[in-house]
Amino acid sequence: MTPPEIDGGGSAAAAWRVWRCGDAALAVGCDAELNPDVNAKAVEIARQVRAAGLAGVRDVVPTHSAVTVYVDPLVADTAALSDRLRRWAASAEPETLPGRELTVGVRYGGPGGPDLGAVAAFAECSLDEVVQRHAAARYRVFMLGFLPGFAYMGVVDRRIAMPRRQTPRVAVPARAVGIAGRQTGIYPAVAPGGWQLIGTAELEPFRLDGEPACVFRPGDLVRFEPRSVEAP
Amino acid sequence: MMVRVVAPGPMTTVQDLGRWGHQALGIPVSGAMDTWSHRAANQLVGNPPEAATLEVTLAGPTLEFSAGTTIAVGGARFLLEVEGQAAPSGRAVSLSPGGRLAFGALTAGARAYVAVAGGFELPRVFGSRSTDLASHFGGLEGRPLRTGDSLNVGVASGAARPGRKLRPPFPLPRGGAVLRVLCQPEADASLYPRLFGQRFQLGPTSNRMGYRLSGPSLASADPAGGLSAATPVGTIQVPPSGDPILLMADRQTTGGYPAPATVISADIGVAAQLAPGDWVEFAPCSYADARAALAAREDAIRHQMNGAV
Repeated sequence: MTPPEIDGGGSAAAAWRVWRCGDAALAVGCDAELNPDVNAKAVEIARQVRAAGLAGVRDVVPTHSAVTVYVDPLVADTAALSDRLRRWAASAEPETLPGRELTVGVRYGGPGGPDLGAVAAFAECSLDEVVQRHAAARYRVFMLGFLPGFAYMGVVDRRIAMPRRQTPRVAVPARAVGIAGRQTGIYPAVAPGGWQLIGTAELEPFRLDGEPACVFRPGDLVRFEPRSVEAP
Repeated sequence: MMVRVVAPGPMTTVQDLGRWGHQALGIPVSGAMDTWSHRAANQLVGNPPEAATLEVTLAGPTLEFSAGTTIAVGGARFLLEVEGQAAPSGRAVSLSPGGRLAFGALTAGARAYVAVAGGFELPRVFGSRSTDLASHFGGLEGRPLRTGDSLNVGVASGAARPGRKLRPPFPLPRGGAVLRVLCQPEADASLYPRLFGQRFQLGPTSNRMGYRLSGPSLASADPAGGLSAATPVGTIQVPPSGDPILLMADRQTTGGYPAPATVISADIGVAAQLAPGDWVEFAPCSYADARAALAAREDAIRHQMNGAV
């Protein structure tokens, strides 16, 4: 499975609509990817759905520009839920609770960052400049998915926004920091993956015995802090 | 009371109704592929529906029970042996201390559920005892059972009634099944003539995450299309290759591929009883039909719970 593609379009005022995903889920969303305002609205809608504690709601999953609400179709009143989702979409302000600020130390390049040189070539700049550009931004956690604790963050500086590798790696190491177009993220576990790997994070995004187990939540704001830069 | 794994079978895992409420953190739902048969087996031994069972895939384990108890096997039909005697599927059976349950040939379906009075007692991870094979947690160390494993059994409620029999919640497929789907609004409608009324075959790498189907290519002129959102069980995803994937219990929480249709809840258990090499056909239905089919299945299982002996 691949992460959503990015079109960079849409705005917080884009048309939100409600649709069914099979008989056991409803979604509310709009056409926009990697738009912080749209995503902030999705995070806020998800918070309101959870807070409402409606009968028959089994799970609430915000993604880039949508919220999927899993229901038991024999318990939930999906017509009423659909109306409420429409109302929430019309009225929700981008999140009332601001995201937490997190800083993640990164060892750029070296054995954990085999694609740092390729990204520098793509950007026509030095390794240090790739690192500087990656670490300069404050990233929003748009959503989690792919693996437990895997956070899709953006928006990556256009200059270093190298697309995914043509052929995904069979095994990306845990804690590898990757770039895929205008998204960046940290692999929580060894997994197949096509992102351009530029370094190794000091933090484990998912630890079963961690408190909490998943470090990132949708809406968090993340900075990367270079600890070292090595040629790959 | 302990259950010792004498032989594990090719893919036997601890499952329950799944790990709900954590998908926003990327944590998959997992759980029994066929929750209907899982629940039916639990009912037979007097367990609540959320008690953990063993999901047996295509070939069965041999299990030894340290104390006298009641067990039941629901779902796929196997030739069973209890303490060396042929025993029926879908019936609560008494076992003496040290008694063994052995699985023989599979005669219908693909996945059976072994319930024991009291349920398999393992730590809950994110609220569930289900095995997440991809992330290696839940169940027994997040992996399929192995020879020599020991599983704890919880305290039985005392409601087990040996001899009690249930009918399967739906006819078990033999070689293939028609699955009803709801169409995804805004999907590329040009796909539907190639999706409906056509036979697809489950590929050899089909597993608990998803069934890889081959048949008419669903490659689309608009491969990016649709809105990206979370991925419920039963979602039919179409990657750029055009070979669809039917997402099952261990699916990832989100996906970016077009998803023209979703199998209805009432037919997920039927899908779970398909094996690699089996055929599948998809047929569109309405939301009202999907809900009515689900209500009918629930009524059947509730009626059997109250009435069957």
